[in-house]
Amino acid sequence: MNKTLIYERMKTSFFCVVTITLAVGFLGCENDDTQTVARLTTLVWEDNFDIDGAPDPNRWGYDLGDGTEQGLPGWGNGELQYYTDRPENATIQNGVLLITAREESFEGFEYTSARLLTKDLFEQQYGRFEARIRLPFGQGIWPAFWMLGADVDENPWPAAGEIDIMEYRGQEPNILIGSVHGPGYNGGDAISKEYTLENDRFDTGFHIFGVEWGPDFINYYVDDVLYNQITPEDIEEETDGEGVWVFNKPFFILMNLAVGGNFVGPPNAETQFPQTMLIDYVRVYEFDETLFDN
Amino acid sequence: MKNYIDFKLCSVVVLGLGILLFSGCERDLSDDVRFATFTTNPDIFTDDPVGLTDEFFESFDPATGANPEGFGTDNDVAFEGSSSIRIDVPAPDDPDGGFIGGIFRDRGDGRNLTGFDALTFYARGSTTATIGEVGFGNDFGEDKFSVIARNIRLSTDWRKVVIPIPDPSKLVQERGMFIFSAGTESTNGFGFTFWIDELRFEKLGTLAQARPAILNGVDVEQEGFVDVPITLSELTQTFNTETGENVTVGVAPSYFNFESSNIEVAQVSELGVVSLLDTGEASITATLANVAAAGSLNLNVTGGFDFAPTPPVRDPEDVISIFSDSYANINVDFFNGFFGGSTTLGGAITVGDQNVIRYTNLNFVSVEFSNPTVDATQMTHIHVDIKVDEAVDVGDTLTIELADFGANGVADGLNSDDSVGGSTPLNNTQLASGEWIGIDIPLTSFTNGTDGGFTGLTSTSNLAQVSFVSGTISDISVDNIYLYRE
Repeated sequence: MNKTLIYERMKTSFFCVVTITLAVGFLGCENDDTQTVARLTTLVWEDNFDIDGAPDPNRWGYDLGDGTEQGLPGWGNGELQYYTDRPENATIQNGVLLITAREESFEGFEYTSARLLTKDLFEQQYGRFEARIRLPFGQGIWPAFWMLGADVDENPWPAAGEIDIMEYRGQEPNILIGSVHGPGYNGGDAISKEYTLENDRFDTGFHIFGVEWGPDFINYYVDDVLYNQITPEDIEEETDGEGVWVFNKPFFILMNLAVGGNFVGPPNAETQFPQTMLIDYVRVYEFDETLFDN
Repeated sequence: MKNYIDFKLCSVVVLGLGILLFSGCERDLSDDVRFATFTTNPDIFTDDPVGLTDEFFESFDPATGANPEGFGTDNDVAFEGSSSIRIDVPAPDDPDGGFIGGIFRDRGDGRNLTGFDALTFYARGSTTATIGEVGFGNDFGEDKFSVIARNIRLSTDWRKVVIPIPDPSKLVQERGMFIFSAGTESTNGFGFTFWIDELRFEKLGTLAQARPAILNGVDVEQEGFVDVPITLSELTQTFNTETGENVTVGVAPSYFNFESSNIEVAQVSELGVVSLLDTGEASITATLANVAAAGSLNLNVTGGFDFAPTPPVRDPEDVISIFSDSYANINVDFFNGFFGGSTTLGGAITVGDQNVIRYTNLNFVSVEFSNPTVDATQMTHIHVDIKVDEAVDVGDTLTIELADFGANGVADGLNSDDSVGGSTPLNNTQLASGEWIGIDIPLTSFTNGTDGGFTGLTSTSNLAQVSFVSGTISDISVDNIYLYRE
């Protein structure tokens, strides 16, 4: 290799790197959030729903009924469904978990559905939590992939903390909502951000919804787009110092499909039933602080 | 050489990123995009018509009442740019025509619309009226891929209207860019104005969850008759939109693929016409863009159908038709009043593309036409075709009665100016089993009293009912009920 060639090569490589860097820099047309690139190193927990039938009882439990037993009729939100663990409401088919909301008369309720959770089975502090989901649609349909502080029994909500990785209103099929709830910022005053999928919808294909969570930040992703970062400073600012960061402890995972409730309003005549949320997988990666420089 | 390859690789990556960059932030198709075949130009009207025929607006035939005068452009009103389409909807009694409507056509051979998923525009009204029909795919030719959205609600501010394309892959060469039709049904006959701007095809990407339907999504059970075709109707496509609403459009049959479960019995053309070839059972179902349509037609084909003879051609002035496929019919309230004491079942039915009345378990039954009543003072006769669908025995009789509701046009009963009378009962020699018999009775012959206590027809100024009464015959078919003068 002669010197000229080496020089030429360096020149093109330099040009190439600069151009690609510039291009990538412009690619995020709207997003100004500090981007921490996903580091998918150590997978610590997953369910790919590979075995058809009931979900694995070693990974998933159920919340049943309407919440009255837990002292939360309508699950605290005026929701209209009755949760069951029947295959009609939760089952694995063809490698996908189906959570289905049905319009049917059941235990005095008009709708049935399911809520699965890893409480007492799996909990973790920090890391990347993600699920690949195709969402349902229609007025009054409210699916969610979220987490609660594992000490919720001793330290009731909102003190336990809640991280909503994915919430969505069936009547807004291209808008995703990511939130945190805690003391001083909960319910209607949660700290939230919406993400609009341009020229597309969340109910026509699978999307990956995830958070990357560390000691002082929660980053919200959809597919490979970081669309929000929530930090203790955000909570302090948005609550005038009243809110407390309650995210330095283990959380467990929940997935459910609610019908009605004050977040979405009731279904109407145009809402189609049944509605199914399809979950391809749920994965949790370890938090490796050496990889995060936040 | 390696160097060269590296450079090329880099260029490819850079180029790729460049494309990503532009596709990520710029979404509008350039007007200059052209394929070798038909133009993919999305624009129909921006500030000017785009690529349309010289006349731009082609009105429906004024002979049908369409008003060709109310269409123009408005340089004072625009959603974007400097100009919009202005449509003045006339009052029903406007001498130039009582409604407005027509089409826009591509000036060339048509456009390739396969890359779009909706026709969109911004509309604004002088009042919150509704536009009766809006759509595309009508070219005053085959209208093969016609799509119509009904009752578009106007606001007095600009609002975007989205009309989904049921299946874009069908529109490889479409000339019908736009169709509208508007009257004053929603404004109590008061004329109004609406404006349309930024009329174009778009790829929204947010129309999904298609739910096509035929026959209003109903599983229809129907008796069919050999050689009597049936046209499938109520063909729709429904999409869920970005705002969570379901938008339904009426869709031409050619968007669907129809299937017959038994092609020996029934076959369906691409125009949605079901031909019945033989006796037997067949189910007709459909798909639209590979999505199964709700609704089906489940046919039991029992044989041929014996239709009533076609009545003679008459001057419309000489006929008041109550029920006939050969004349324009007046408004009929019902073909079976199911009155107290009546055991009669049935009424008007559709056989293929024709209509006939069938009654079973007859004792008495009335066809009523009181909104409005009929002034038959200029008419001389009533005609009815009757076929007895059972054996006709000696002693069988059938009586036809006429009722006049008097000056107030309402049934007031006995001891009012209402009058009802029966004609001389038809006997077994005047009727035939399984055969259509034409009956013509002078209106002056309805002088007999009735079982209800009336004593004969004394006026034909407010005719409102024709009734069929029999104590012996249960099953009859009736067709071509009309009043006429000789």
